[in-house]
Amino acid sequence: MKVKGKVWKYGDDVNTDVIFPGKYTYTVLDPAEMGKYALEDLDPEFARKAQPGDVIVAGKNWGCGSSREQAATCLTSLKVGAVVAKSFARIFYRNAINQGLPVIQSPAAVDSIEAGEQIEIDFENGLIRTDQGKEFAFAPIPEYVRGILQDGGLVEHIRKSLGLE
Amino acid sequence: MGKTFAEKVLGKATGNEVSAGQIVTVEPHFCMSHDNAAPISKIFRDIGVNKVWDSSKLVFILDHAIPAPTDKHAQNHKVIREFVKDQGIEHFYDIMSNGGVCHQVMCEKGYALPGLVMVGSDSHTCTYGAFGAFSTGIGRTEMAATWATGKIWFKVPDSMKISVNGTFSRGVSAKDLILRIMGDIQSDGADYMSVEFHGKAIADMSLGSRMTLCNLGIEMGAKNAVCPPDDKVLNFIKDKAKSDKWESIWADEDACYEKALEYDLANIEPGVAKPHTVDNYSPVTEVKGTSIDQAFIGTCTNGRLQDLEEAAKVLSGKRVAVRTIVIPASWEIYRKAMSKGVIDILLDAGCVLANPGCGPCMGNHEGILAPGETCISTANRNFKGRMGNKESFIYLASPATVAASALKGEIADPREVLV
Repeated sequence: MKVKGKVWKYGDDVNTDVIFPGKYTYTVLDPAEMGKYALEDLDPEFARKAQPGDVIVAGKNWGCGSSREQAATCLTSLKVGAVVAKSFARIFYRNAINQGLPVIQSPAAVDSIEAGEQIEIDFENGLIRTDQGKEFAFAPIPEYVRGILQDGGLVEHIRKSLGLE
Repeated sequence: MGKTFAEKVLGKATGNEVSAGQIVTVEPHFCMSHDNAAPISKIFRDIGVNKVWDSSKLVFILDHAIPAPTDKHAQNHKVIREFVKDQGIEHFYDIMSNGGVCHQVMCEKGYALPGLVMVGSDSHTCTYGAFGAFSTGIGRTEMAATWATGKIWFKVPDSMKISVNGTFSRGVSAKDLILRIMGDIQSDGADYMSVEFHGKAIADMSLGSRMTLCNLGIEMGAKNAVCPPDDKVLNFIKDKAKSDKWESIWADEDACYEKALEYDLANIEPGVAKPHTVDNYSPVTEVKGTSIDQAFIGTCTNGRLQDLEEAAKVLSGKRVAVRTIVIPASWEIYRKAMSKGVIDILLDAGCVLANPGCGPCMGNHEGILAPGETCISTANRNFKGRMGNKESFIYLASPATVAASALKGEIADPREVLV
C-alpha cells in the first residue's frame, strides 16, 4: 500500500472544531458531502484545492477536542492519503483508523517536510520519501490496526469478521 | 508493585490481571449516545447485524439540539425514535422533563457507577469518573461496532496522579482549578492517560465539583478521569443504581504513575482560558476589563445546581449589562433551582433561561455569536468557530466569574463583586 501526494502543512493542536465545525454535525449527513467543509475554519483553500492522495502534515495533538468522527470522514471524503503528525489526540486516532484513513506519527518528518512538497508513503516498508530525496522511517502500524485499514475501515472489517461479506 | 485504577478496573472487566500498555477487549456495562444515535444507527445497519447485542446496555439521551431547531434535526430525532422502538431500547430520554444534557442525566439517574466500564459517543463521557467509573468517549463507527458485537478494545492506559489539598478561597471553584491544570500541562498533557484525582480537597468536594474536574479530562487529552468512590458517591447512588455490577475500585497506594502533580487550593485564583484554545490560561486579573457581548452559564461542565447558585450569589439584587443565557443541565436541576428561588434571582437580574440541553455550546442554537463578538462561558471548549461563528471569541471561566463579567459587560473578578 502506497500513498503519493502534495503536502498541506499545519501547526500544533489542530482541533476537531476547525477540522469539521460543530454546526454541521446534524445538517451535513452524507459522507460524500462532508469534504466540502473539511478544515473550513483553519484553511478554507484546502477543501477546494486538495487532490486525492494529498497528505496532511501537522504538529502535535492533531484532532484534539470532540469525538466527532466527521473530522476523519471529511478527510476520507476528499480522499486524503494520510495524516502525518508529531502526535494525535486519541479519539481522532481511533476514528481515523475506523474510517480507513492512515495516521502516522513521525516528529522528524514533520520537522523537515515543507508545505507543497510531493511525498510518497510506503506502508509496507514504513518509509516516507520526499521529492527532495529525504527519507523518514516510521514504526510499523500494529497488526490489528493494519487489518482494519486494509479492509477499508471498521465497518467492512467487522462485516468480514462476522462472516457477513 | 500496586495497580492503578485503570489497571484494576480493566483487569476486573477482562477477568485477568492487566498492566499499562496491554491491549484488552471488554464488554462495556453501558453505551451512551445522544443525538448522534441516528447516524450511528445507520452505520449499525451498514454492518448488517439485525439486533444490538444487549438493548438494556444502550442509553440514548437527546440533548445536542432540542427541541429540533431545523427539519434536519427533527428528522434526526425521528430516526432515533424509530430505532428505539425497533430495538426495544428501554433507557431512552426523549425531549421530556426527565431529560437534560446526556452526561448530567447519566450521573443523576444512576448509570455512572463505581467500577463500571462505560463508553459514550461523546468526548465528555469522561465525566462519569466523578462516580468512580472508567468511562471514555468513542466515535460513531466504533459505537456502531460495539452495539453489534458487545466488545471494544482498549490499550490499558498509563496513569497520571493529580493530588489536590487545601481549601478554595472565596470566589474560587473547581473550574478555576481545572483551567489552571489545563494551562499547566496543556491540551495534550495527559494524552492517552487515565487521570486520577487524589487528596483531601477532592474528598471535601461535592460530586458536582468532581464532575467538573473529570469532564475536562478530555481537554488535557486523557482517555478517562476519575475520583475515589467514597461515601458521598455511595450515598448518592443508593436507591438509584441502574446496574448491580458496580464495585468500589480504587488505585493501590503503591501504584506506578507516569506523571504526578500536586496542587494546593490556596494557590488557585479565578482564571480563564482565552481564545482559541482550552489551555490558553490566564488569571482573571490579567484579562479584567476585556469587553464582552454575551455570557453563558450551563453545559455538562457547569450547569448544575451549585453552579446556578454560585451565579445567583453574584447576581442577586443586581442587573446584568449584557445578554446572559442560563441553561440548567437537566430538568431535575431546573426544578430544584426553581423551588430554591434561584431561577427568580437570575430572572430578576435580567438573565434569560433556555430549556435543559447543550444550547449554544457547540454552535447548534440558542446563543450563536455574531462576527467580532465575545462570549464568556462556563462551557468546555473555546475553539475557533465553536459557538457557530469563526470570527467570534470565547473565554472559558467559572460560573462566578461569568456572572461577575455579565454584571459589568466586561471580564471581571468575582472576588470584587462578592461581599
